[in-house]
Amino acid sequence: MKTRSLVSIDDLSTAEILKILKLAAAFEKNPVQDILRGKVVATLFFEPSTRTRLSFESAVNKLGGKIIGFTDSSTSSVTKGETLNDTIRTVNNYVDLIVMRHPIEGSARYASEISTVPVVNAGDGANQHPTQTLLDLYSILKTQGKLENLNICMVGDLKYGRTVHSLMMAMSRWNTSFNFVAPEELRMPDEYKLYLDNLGLKYRETTDLNSVIDKADIVYMTRVQKERFSDPMEYEKVKNAYVLHDYMLTETKPGMRILHPLPRVNEINPDVDSNEKAYYFEQALNGVFTRQAIICTLLGIK
Amino acid sequence: MTDPKQLLVSAIESGTVIDHIPAVTLFKVIKILGLDKIKNQITFGTNLESKTDGRKAIIKIAGKFFQDDDINRIALVAPQAKLNLIKDYKVVEKRVVEVPDEVSAIAKCMNPKCITNFEKVTTRFKVVSKKPVALKCHYCEKITDQERLEII
Repeated sequence: MKTRSLVSIDDLSTAEILKILKLAAAFEKNPVQDILRGKVVATLFFEPSTRTRLSFESAVNKLGGKIIGFTDSSTSSVTKGETLNDTIRTVNNYVDLIVMRHPIEGSARYASEISTVPVVNAGDGANQHPTQTLLDLYSILKTQGKLENLNICMVGDLKYGRTVHSLMMAMSRWNTSFNFVAPEELRMPDEYKLYLDNLGLKYRETTDLNSVIDKADIVYMTRVQKERFSDPMEYEKVKNAYVLHDYMLTETKPGMRILHPLPRVNEINPDVDSNEKAYYFEQALNGVFTRQAIICTLLGIK
Repeated sequence: MTDPKQLLVSAIESGTVIDHIPAVTLFKVIKILGLDKIKNQITFGTNLESKTDGRKAIIKIAGKFFQDDDINRIALVAPQAKLNLIKDYKVVEKRVVEVPDEVSAIAKCMNPKCITNFEKVTTRFKVVSKKPVALKCHYCEKITDQERLEII
């Protein structure tokens, strides 16, 4: 049988997603185990990413595995002009699993076809980042107790935001109602709305966060980056409309939780951090358990 | 003058005639079908007048009959192409080409950030729409539509 990799969230069936989330819950209860003893995991980060890499390394270390790799392609043979093909064919001799982030889209799928060991995509350009999606799903399941029939409010850059696209497509498996809150220039692309239309799922688009936040079970915040606007004046006009403040949360549902893939810049005011509805730092911790579950599933250990 | 309707490319005894190829894509069709590498007798005409297609091309391959999977590979560049199967100088069967469900090693991914445009990777697409043609890249998952379709 061909080795199993995780490149895109669509590679997983609903049953497989639920199995990984269940396993993540087991790791949360018992995160330090010796089940990866003798296993070596490569973290190949062709572009830097602090959070994702540290989360993977923490996940492996807590399970007794070892990590080798690089954190930036300037310190690897890539700078000598080595192809991805050659890097993967070499590295897969040294390790039991490869975690890879690469700026070129489709690079992870390609690597998974070459590699003799499982490949976990930790981000391929603007394309996929399935471990983020799984940790988002885990955070939603944990805070809401279910995935079915939830109201999810996605806020900020919905045009370029890779995490919101993957999460939206994954959540569409559970009859989710979506509210898309974004400035005109950063609206959810038509292809994703068409995807929901084809599934017969409801969604609403608005530029006004206050009009939809009170109904939400999950508010998923993202960064609105200045560079995304063709007209800087446009950015100045809208930048404050997509900033969450503590006073905006008073009428929201008691069980509502705020998620953010991090890093945050100014889209969530620090006064929200002490509100019990702020969940983004716990969400980051959930990333460790979810990645433990993913690695062990791909290695066939659990 | 003989019959004004006489064929500009001489008839074959047995084989395949591919008609209604757009003149501009003739050489792409030849390449896709690998006609430049086979030993069969081949005659072709191009920039022929066509009532329906402007300037068309026609290829006659003696002693060669194609599988559907092979011939459908030309659908991206010659969607109107029609095949006549010839036996004993007579058309015994007519076929049209159909856009396949998957295409491999023919089209280029339009995403400049796709791995297939950086390394020697054979392109692979799922056909998400047949008319107009839209291809979803197996690697970067971006859509290449008809207007941006480039043949390798």
